[in-house]
Amino acid sequence: MAQEKEVVIRRLKTAKVMNQFMADYYYELDEASKSDNKKVAWCTSVGPAEILRGMGFYTYFPETHSAMLGATRMAVDLIPKANAVGYSPDICSYLTADIGAFLEGITPLSRAFPGIERVPKPDVLVYNTNQCRDVQDWFAWYAQRYDVPLVGVETYRNVPEVTPAHITSIARQMENIVEPLEKVAGRKLDMDTLKEAVALSRECSDLWEKCLAAAAAVPSPLTFFDGTTLMGPAVVGRGTQKAIDAYKLLLEELEERVAQGIGAIGEERYRLYWEGMPVWGRLSMHSKLFAGLNANVIASTYCSSWIFTALDPAEPFESMARAYTELFIVRSDDYKEKYIQDKLEFFKCDGIIYHDAKTCPNNTNCRYGMPQRLEKKTGIPSLVINGDLNDLRLLSDEQTKTNVEAFIEQLEERK
Amino acid sequence: MTTKTKARANPERAPLFVGVDVGSSRTKVAVLDARKNLIGYDIRKSGTDFTATADAGLEASLTMAGGDPQDIAYAVSTGYGRKNVAYSKETKTEIGCHAKGCYHYFPEAITIIDIGGQDNKIIKLDEAGRRLGFKMNRKCAAGTGAFLEEMSARLDIPLEEMDGLARNSREMVKLGSFCTVFSATEVLENIRGGKRIEDIVKGLFFSVIKRVLEMDSLSEKVVMTGGVVAHNPFLVEMTAFQIGRSVLVPRHPQLTGAVGAALYALDLGQEV
Ligand code: SF4
Repeated sequence: MAQEKEVVIRRLKTAKVMNQFMADYYYELDEASKSDNKKVAWCTSVGPAEILRGMGFYTYFPETHSAMLGATRMAVDLIPKANAVGYSPDICSYLTADIGAFLEGITPLSRAFPGIERVPKPDVLVYNTNQCRDVQDWFAWYAQRYDVPLVGVETYRNVPEVTPAHITSIARQMENIVEPLEKVAGRKLDMDTLKEAVALSRECSDLWEKCLAAAAAVPSPLTFFDGTTLMGPAVVGRGTQKAIDAYKLLLEELEERVAQGIGAIGEERYRLYWEGMPVWGRLSMHSKLFAGLNANVIASTYCSSWIFTALDPAEPFESMARAYTELFIVRSDDYKEKYIQDKLEFFKCDGIIYHDAKTCPNNTNCRYGMPQRLEKKTGIPSLVINGDLNDLRLLSDEQTKTNVEAFIEQLEERK
Repeated sequence: MTTKTKARANPERAPLFVGVDVGSSRTKVAVLDARKNLIGYDIRKSGTDFTATADAGLEASLTMAGGDPQDIAYAVSTGYGRKNVAYSKETKTEIGCHAKGCYHYFPEAITIIDIGGQDNKIIKLDEAGRRLGFKMNRKCAAGTGAFLEEMSARLDIPLEEMDGLARNSREMVKLGSFCTVFSATEVLENIRGGKRIEDIVKGLFFSVIKRVLEMDSLSEKVVMTGGVVAHNPFLVEMTAFQIGRSVLVPRHPQLTGAVGAALYALDLGQEV
């Protein structure tokens, strides 16, 4: 029988630091939620977190919780619970898994962080539809359940170029949410704290960007699969010094690996780009599958979604408006195509994998001919795999495996 | 369904190169000599014990080839159960094996349409036989062999009679649905509506073709393979009509994956 070969994946030491960061973060939130005088805001992952910091809110990001539901595979049993109360299996499985978990009264936080029994209760919910409309529906459900205010920013979609008109409109919307937030916070927005949060977010973003860029080295010190968990602090901790400290350590380790020529996997013969969301419940399986074929998935659009280069403390609202509108997910296909093309070149990729995530059209970019157009332009082969971020009922592991193996065979023929 | 003539043992034929394609429905074995001649083969139901089926298939193919297990220089397995073949030294994907097998018969730039038991594939090759890209059908079995099997069971028509029935259709019934379950409902509605079974079966063939053609665009030369193609020549004719040009079919359309695996075995066996 053909021998299965041993798969070598070199874990980063700093992953432990990131895990500790997340533990501290959740314990702090838990404590805030139990106290009488601390306020908790729920925020979408690319929502205006800095404003919340400017008012002293403890900020919780439900998407990170949903990703945990996916990674622990708890989502599979929870999604149907939300389906049963009217949330279709065809919509965002972050939403359905999260609402399902709430209905069942369970959370992966209690498994990961003993002592935490439930997600922190919100005093207010804040969304930005820059990523999708689902977040608004999702938060609206909780606003009703908890009977707390819901405020948000409604963004443009499919933006080719971010214009001053976009910025003005979004900046005004952001300013408009300040007053209702102040009411909940019981205090005024402190402009100095806001500016500081914007400055810290920017620094965190710059460091995270450098960490991701380290993957341009051959061999790459990093994999996309590592990136999906290492990015935790960039999502939940942006605007804090602690996140910056964590990324400084990560960058140091990555640079050390690059200097020593140490790659993240045993042998890196093929370098791949991942477009779309991870399949959370299959992170480990996928990372082994690729590494076992000597292929390193080194870069992705997804992990780069928490880079906010436009943030500028001198102009907090305008720069937030720009940073949160400039994002890939908000942009037109022309922009997206050019963006991916540049990444393929920068990271010296041999191929690109598109994840067609059934329940997230917003992070799925292979449904309007992009793979074909990009392949024609760059000559870089592509593969589309069908799956989902959280709903494992929507994928076939065997098909994914065969597709990926066949794709690597195809790349091998070209070498 | 395979008719086999027992070839005489011929010491000059050794070494032998074996390819095994363990599909979800059938297991196919091909034995090649060093000159790439197909000298033995076998097709049987995969069942649940893939290892035993692959063993039995090998034994039958070797008997046909007039060879012995010790003549095997190299064996490669492919397909859904590729990891379960005890005597295989290497595995390759069915995409790779179909490509290699088809290019062996038609060495030019081709698009391969393989309609298998549980999945369909479209593979594009350049004139040197290199893969330009490939597509496998999505999770659903609509448009695959499993779809026709399901329908034959529901209509209570033996699978092997479907081709003849479709050929005798006078006015095809159009089925609109994507999904196997919905199609079954549509079929029942048509039966209730008094439609002829021949016309319904042709409609089923047409829906298989539609599912396949929407997977990818086709290049000039099209080759069709797979069990469904092997047993339903009329489906090939319908496809040719649909795409407006003739379709190439290798001599043993169901064996192409196994032949491709055997050709890989030949490459690898000669390397060692
Ligand atoms: S972007 Fe996709 S995964 Fe994220 S919340 Fe929206 S629909 Fe869900």
